[in-house]
Amino acid sequence: MGKATIIPFGPQHPVLPEPLHLDLVVEDETVIDCIPQIGFVHRGLEKLVETRDYNQFIYIAERICGICAMGHSLGYAETVEELMGVEVPKRAEYLRVIWHELSRIHSHLLWLGLAADAFGFESMFMHCWRLRERILDIFEKTTGGRVILSVVKVGGVARDIDGAMMQGILATLDGIRSDYSALMKTLLTDTSIKNRTVGVGTIGYDEAVALSMVGPFARASAVNYDVRSFGRGAYGDLADFQPILDNQGDCYARVKVRCLEVLQSIDIIRELAAKMPAGDIAVAVKGSPAAGAQASNVLEQPRGECYYYARGNGTKHLDRMRMRTPTSQNLAGMATALKGCDLADVNMIILTIDPCISCTER
Amino acid sequence: MGSFRLGGMTLGSLFKRPETLRYPFEVKEPPQGLKGHIVNDVSRCIVCGICARVCPAGALAVDKKARTWAIDPFRCVQCASCVAACPKGCLTMAPEATGVAAERYDVVLEVPEQPKGAEAA
Repeated sequence: MGKATIIPFGPQHPVLPEPLHLDLVVEDETVIDCIPQIGFVHRGLEKLVETRDYNQFIYIAERICGICAMGHSLGYAETVEELMGVEVPKRAEYLRVIWHELSRIHSHLLWLGLAADAFGFESMFMHCWRLRERILDIFEKTTGGRVILSVVKVGGVARDIDGAMMQGILATLDGIRSDYSALMKTLLTDTSIKNRTVGVGTIGYDEAVALSMVGPFARASAVNYDVRSFGRGAYGDLADFQPILDNQGDCYARVKVRCLEVLQSIDIIRELAAKMPAGDIAVAVKGSPAAGAQASNVLEQPRGECYYYARGNGTKHLDRMRMRTPTSQNLAGMATALKGCDLADVNMIILTIDPCISCTER
Repeated sequence: MGSFRLGGMTLGSLFKRPETLRYPFEVKEPPQGLKGHIVNDVSRCIVCGICARVCPAGALAVDKKARTWAIDPFRCVQCASCVAACPKGCLTMAPEATGVAAERYDVVLEVPEQPKGAEAA
């Protein structure tokens, strides 16, 4: 047994897209404890709700994180709509879900690329990001933005997708599906990838539930929890939605769950495009949230369940806006998964949690 | 085996059109509807100031007395709130992005007096 040593990991580290600091307590090559530290990108965005009215704050909400931009604007808008009793047109709900699922594909492809880069598979990284670029092009054509979409507003959406454009989106997704299937097969069958991921950073079902883990991280440990299965908004019109689960709970299971979720999102978009109702895309929202009115909402972001809470004070400004993001739920799971692992596996374990520090700190 | 499969895909892409552009020699045509920058058709503007009130970034300044409409393009977040709120439809979003600059500047437009009866139209 060697002497315990503390190795600082991050906040600047090639494997981390965002700043996260970990104090890794190691004995020889084994991590025996991990103390995470955050606070490098805190911007005080929740506080800004006091200086911007409820319509303007949506543009701040989507700037919480570049990858989850669509999700945060959607989650915030749904919460304020609940607060004010606004009913959104059906077509707007469908369009919101289509963009949200596209953003899930883009997030998972980005993550797959980063994961491939972390275990030294450079060409896989390039191919994943090549496919992601096509999703960004769809965003560019349909919303006018590539990352910050500014397409959701309180009461509906700002832009419509017409039939021809929808056919174009579906054709692009078909192209992505065939290329992506080959990439996925490689990711899931390659021996060198399996050597790095199978049996690494295992979290069992009981631990996952006890640590309140959410998203693909929890679903890889067989926790059957996906907010989309609640059937809110257009998700309720899906013929059959089953969360993708795996019971291994290791890094490989997490890669597999996210890989399959991309195909699931493509199927959701295809189904909703076929069922899309005609009609308005927004309703006019007038007035202010009542003083003391409260609303809460959950949304399945690419990284898991995100919780939103809003409280009105009778003016155009909200009294309080609170978000609990998936990564803040998953940090405890990450610290647990790291305990007992090999120092060389730390990269893989951290990446397969898909931490989003900008969301966590806001 | 997986690497060979991906190798096939990589080799296949040698015979396809590249997905990237040789920027700056080739520049991508911005798609219609891209949120690039705000354009004000001052001949229809009534200097009502609604655009400045809805702007989340405080990028717009409308002076009713001096009849000027000003935008700080470096503050603008291209959300198009002003375009949606404009009662006269004189604000539009052009697809070209604002170019980089060494110094910040404001774009100040003088709004001519509207002919009588034009406001009611």
